[in-house]
Amino acid sequence: MSRDRAGGLDRNVRVDWRTCLSLVGAVMVALAAPLVVTAGVAVASGDSAIPFLSTAGLTFAVGFAFSRYERGNMGAREGYLIVALTWLVIALVGAVPFVLAGNGTLSTPVNALFESTSGVTTTGATVVQDFDAHGPAVHLWRAILQWIGGLGILVIAVAVLSQLSVGGAQLMETESQTQDVNKLTPSIEQTARLLGWVYAALTGLMVGSWLLLGALGLAPNVTPFDAVTHAFTAVSTAGFSPRAGSLGAFSPAVQWVTIPFMFFGATNFVLLYYLTQGDPSRLLDSDEFRFYLGVVLGLTGLTAGFLVTSSEFSGVEPTVRHSLFQVVSILTTTGYATVDFNGWSPAAKHMLFLAMFSGGMAGSTTCSIKTLRWVVVVKSFRRDLFTEIHPDAIRPIRLSGQVVDESVVRDIYAYVLLSIVVFVLLTVFVVTDAARAGVGINEFDALGAAAATFLNIGPAFGDAGPYGDYAFFPRTTRVAFIVLMWVGRIEIVPVLVLLTPAYWRS
Amino acid sequence: MRVVIVGAGEVGSNIAESLAQTHDVVVVDRDPEMVDALTYSHDVLPIQGDGTDVDTLEEADVGDAEMVIASTDDDETNIVTCGAANVLGDAFTIARTKSPKYLKAWERGRHAFGVDFMVCTDLLTAEAIVGLAGLPTAQDVDTFVDGLVQMTEFKIPEGSPVAGQTVAEADKFDSLTFAGILRADEIIIPSGTTRLRAGDDVVAIGSPDSMRQFSSAIAPQEDGPQDIVIVGGGEIGYQTARLLEERGFTPRLIEQDEERARWLAEKLPKTTVLNSDATDQELLERENIGLADVVVAALENDQQNLLATLLAKRMGTDRAIAVVDTGDFSDLFEAVGIDVAVSPRKVTAEEITRFTRARRAENVAIIEGDQAEVLEFEIDAESLLVDRPIQESAADFPEGVVIGAITRDGERITPRGDTVVRKGDHVVVFAETAVLETVTEQL
Repeated sequence: MSRDRAGGLDRNVRVDWRTCLSLVGAVMVALAAPLVVTAGVAVASGDSAIPFLSTAGLTFAVGFAFSRYERGNMGAREGYLIVALTWLVIALVGAVPFVLAGNGTLSTPVNALFESTSGVTTTGATVVQDFDAHGPAVHLWRAILQWIGGLGILVIAVAVLSQLSVGGAQLMETESQTQDVNKLTPSIEQTARLLGWVYAALTGLMVGSWLLLGALGLAPNVTPFDAVTHAFTAVSTAGFSPRAGSLGAFSPAVQWVTIPFMFFGATNFVLLYYLTQGDPSRLLDSDEFRFYLGVVLGLTGLTAGFLVTSSEFSGVEPTVRHSLFQVVSILTTTGYATVDFNGWSPAAKHMLFLAMFSGGMAGSTTCSIKTLRWVVVVKSFRRDLFTEIHPDAIRPIRLSGQVVDESVVRDIYAYVLLSIVVFVLLTVFVVTDAARAGVGINEFDALGAAAATFLNIGPAFGDAGPYGDYAFFPRTTRVAFIVLMWVGRIEIVPVLVLLTPAYWRS
Repeated sequence: MRVVIVGAGEVGSNIAESLAQTHDVVVVDRDPEMVDALTYSHDVLPIQGDGTDVDTLEEADVGDAEMVIASTDDDETNIVTCGAANVLGDAFTIARTKSPKYLKAWERGRHAFGVDFMVCTDLLTAEAIVGLAGLPTAQDVDTFVDGLVQMTEFKIPEGSPVAGQTVAEADKFDSLTFAGILRADEIIIPSGTTRLRAGDDVVAIGSPDSMRQFSSAIAPQEDGPQDIVIVGGGEIGYQTARLLEERGFTPRLIEQDEERARWLAEKLPKTTVLNSDATDQELLERENIGLADVVVAALENDQQNLLATLLAKRMGTDRAIAVVDTGDFSDLFEAVGIDVAVSPRKVTAEEITRFTRARRAENVAIIEGDQAEVLEFEIDAESLLVDRPIQESAADFPEGVVIGAITRDGERITPRGDTVVRKGDHVVVFAETAVLETVTEQL
C-alpha cells in the first residue's frame, strides 16, 4: 500500500495532495450541472445566462484539469484536506455568478463570497439588502448552493468523516443508530446514496406539500418557484429565502407545514431511513432524539410563555406558531423567520440565543454543536456526580444502550469547549473590529452574529436580525465570518489539523 | 454402561468417582499424573492422551461407549471432543462449558457441534445463586419442567412462626407439597401430623409462587431482597448480575481488575460496577455493604469467598451466599455462619447424573449430602403410575417416595389421592437414595 501512495507523495509533503485535488476536481466538474440548470432558469426569466454558463465552463475546465491528477490511496490525512478543500472550492465557485451578475450588494467579491459560503455551509446569513434587485436565477442559485451543502454534509459524514477521527465522525461511529450506517448496506457508497435518497425524498415531499397547500387555497401567494427554493433550503436546515419577509411572506398554513421539514432535516437521516422502512422504534427509542425533541418543546414552551407575559401576540395560535417556528428554525440552524423576532422581549430573544448552541441531531444536515454532544455532556456530568458518592464505581456512558468510548467523551468535551472559545474570540473580534471601523453594534447583537455565523444558523439579532443583513459589518469582519462559517461547518478539527506542521511533514 | 470421561480435573474425577461403582468408566487426560492419581483411588481405566485426538478416542474405544462426558477446563476442547466422538460412534455426548456463548448456539439447534447435552457450569451456578438470593430462607433451589415446578430446601430458623406447627397447619398453600424433612442427618417423610422444628430443612416441591409465599411464612420479617451485592466479576458473578438484572434487580458488583470491571460495566447497564478489592474494609463501609440484603461471593477461590462473606456478615449483611469450589467445604462454610454455600461442581454433577440413570430423568436435584434426590420424569405407557389414581399406585412404591408435582400440557396439577396420571405427564418425585434405583424403574 505504501508503494501505491508513494507515487502521489513528494519528498517533503506527506499528504497525497494530488489525490485530493483530483477528487475536488471531480466535485467541480459536477458543479457545472446545477449551474447549467440555473442558466436555463435565467434564460426563462429573461435574465442573462452568461454569469452561470461562464462559471459552469470555468469550473468544468479547472475541475477537469484537477481531476486528471493520478489518484492514489486515501488515508486520514487526505480525508481532512478533501473535506476542507471541497467546501472552500464550492464556496469560491458559487461566488463567481454573483460577481458576474453584478447586481446589488452581491456584486463585490467579499459579499459574493460571503453569500456563497453562507450558502454552501447551510448557514443562511445573507448580505442581500434588496431582494428584488436579483433575478430568480440568483435566488435559485442561492438555494441550490444550500441544497448541495446539505447533501454534501450528509455524504461527507458517511463517506469521509466516518473514516476520520474527527469529533463529529467519532460520534457517527459511537452513536448506536449511526453504527447502523455501516450495517445499512455493506458499502459506504451505497449508504451515502441511500441517505441522499432520503434527503431528496424529503425535499420532494416538501415541494409537494407546499403545492398542495396552494391547490387547496391555503397558500395564496406560493409559486412553484417558492416551493422549490424553500424546499431546498428547509430540508438542508440552511435558511435562504428569495423573499425579503422570509417565511413571514406566507400564510400560517405554509408556516405550520414547514416546521416538520426543518425538524426532520435536523433529525438523524439513518433513523429517518428506518422510519421510511416502517420501523419508528429506532427513532423513538433514541436517547438523542428524545433529548432533541425535549429541547425543542422545552424552549418553545419557555419562549411562548415569555411572549404571553410580554403580550407579543393576541391569541393562542399565533403565539404557539411563532414561538415554535422560531425555536425550530434557530435550533435546527435553518434560520427562517415568520416574524421579526428582534422586537420580542429580551427573555424570549434569549431563548432563541440559547437555541443557537443546541443544533439538531448528528447525522443530519444540522450545524452547531448538535444534541448528540450535549446528551453525552449531560450524561457524563451526571456520572461525575454519581462517582462523587461512589468513587470506585465504573459507569460507562451509554447512548441508546450503546457504550460510548471514553476517548470519545473526552473529544466531545474538547469540541464543546473549543466551540465556545472560538465563539467568544469571534465575538470579541466583531466588537473590536466594529469599534475600529466606527460601526455601532451592541454586545448582544455581536454575540448573536458570532453565534449565527460560526454555528451556521443565519439570522442573528439587531441589524443582522431575520429581516436585516450582514452587509453593514466591516469588510474585515465579513471575511472573518466567511472563514468561521467554513470552519464551523466542517467541525473545526479538520481545519485545525491542516494548520499543524505535523500534518504536512511527519 | 461404558462411559468415557475426557478430562480428569476436579469435575471429571468427581463424575468418575460417582460412576465407577456401577459403570465401566474410562478416563482420558493429557496429564499422566492426573490419570495415575485417579487409577489409584478408583476402579477406572486410564488413558493418557489428547481427548480431541481421534487416535486417543479410538484407544478409549469411544465407538462402543454409550456415553462420552467431556469435562476438561477448556470449553473448545470439550466441544471438539464431543464432535470427534460423534463421528466415531453414537455415544450420548455431554460437554461441559464455562462460557454460556456456546450454550446459546447449542440451544438453537439441540445437536450443534455434535453435542447431545451441554452443561454450562457457570450459568447453572448463577441460576442457583439467583434462585437462592430471591428466597430469604432457601438453602437449595432447583427448577423442573421449564420453570413450572420448583424444588426448594428451606431452613426453618429459630423463632419462626412455622416452628412447632404440624405439616397440616403449615401447609396453607394449594400448589405446594412437603416432600421431606431433613433433621439431624435423617430423612423424614412427613405426614399431616409431623411437627416442624426450628433447624429442620424442609424440602418443598410446588409452584415458584407458593415457594415465595412459604418463604415469607417461615420468616415474615424478611421482605424480598432489594439490595444485592455481588463480589467478584468472573463468569459466575457476571451471569448472576445479568440474571438479576433480568429479574428487575439493580445489583452492585465489585471487581478488582480494572479492565474486567470496565467490561462488566459495559455489559451490565443496570448494575453498578465498583472497581475495588472486595476485602478492602474502607470500600465495604463506604458502600454500606452491611445494609445489603444479600451478599454473593463469587471470587476466584474458596478462601477469598469465605473472607468476603464473613466480612459482610460481620458488617451486618442479612444473607451471605458463597460459591464453594471444593465441595467438601460446603458444610464448613455453613458452620461458620455463611448462609448458603453453592457448589458449581454439585450443580454440574446434578446435570450430568441424570443421564447416567437407567432411564433418563428429565431433571435431577441432589438433596444435601446425597441422601435423597428430586427427579423429573415423563410418564410413559410402562409406568406404574399411568392411568391410575395416585392413592392406588402409591401402595406399589417403596417407602421414602413422595410425588411432589404433576404437570400436564404445560399446566400444573396439584397431586391428590384421586388424581389420575396420564401418559405424557411430567412427574416430579422426591426419593430417598436407597430406593432410587427401584423408583426409577417403576416410574
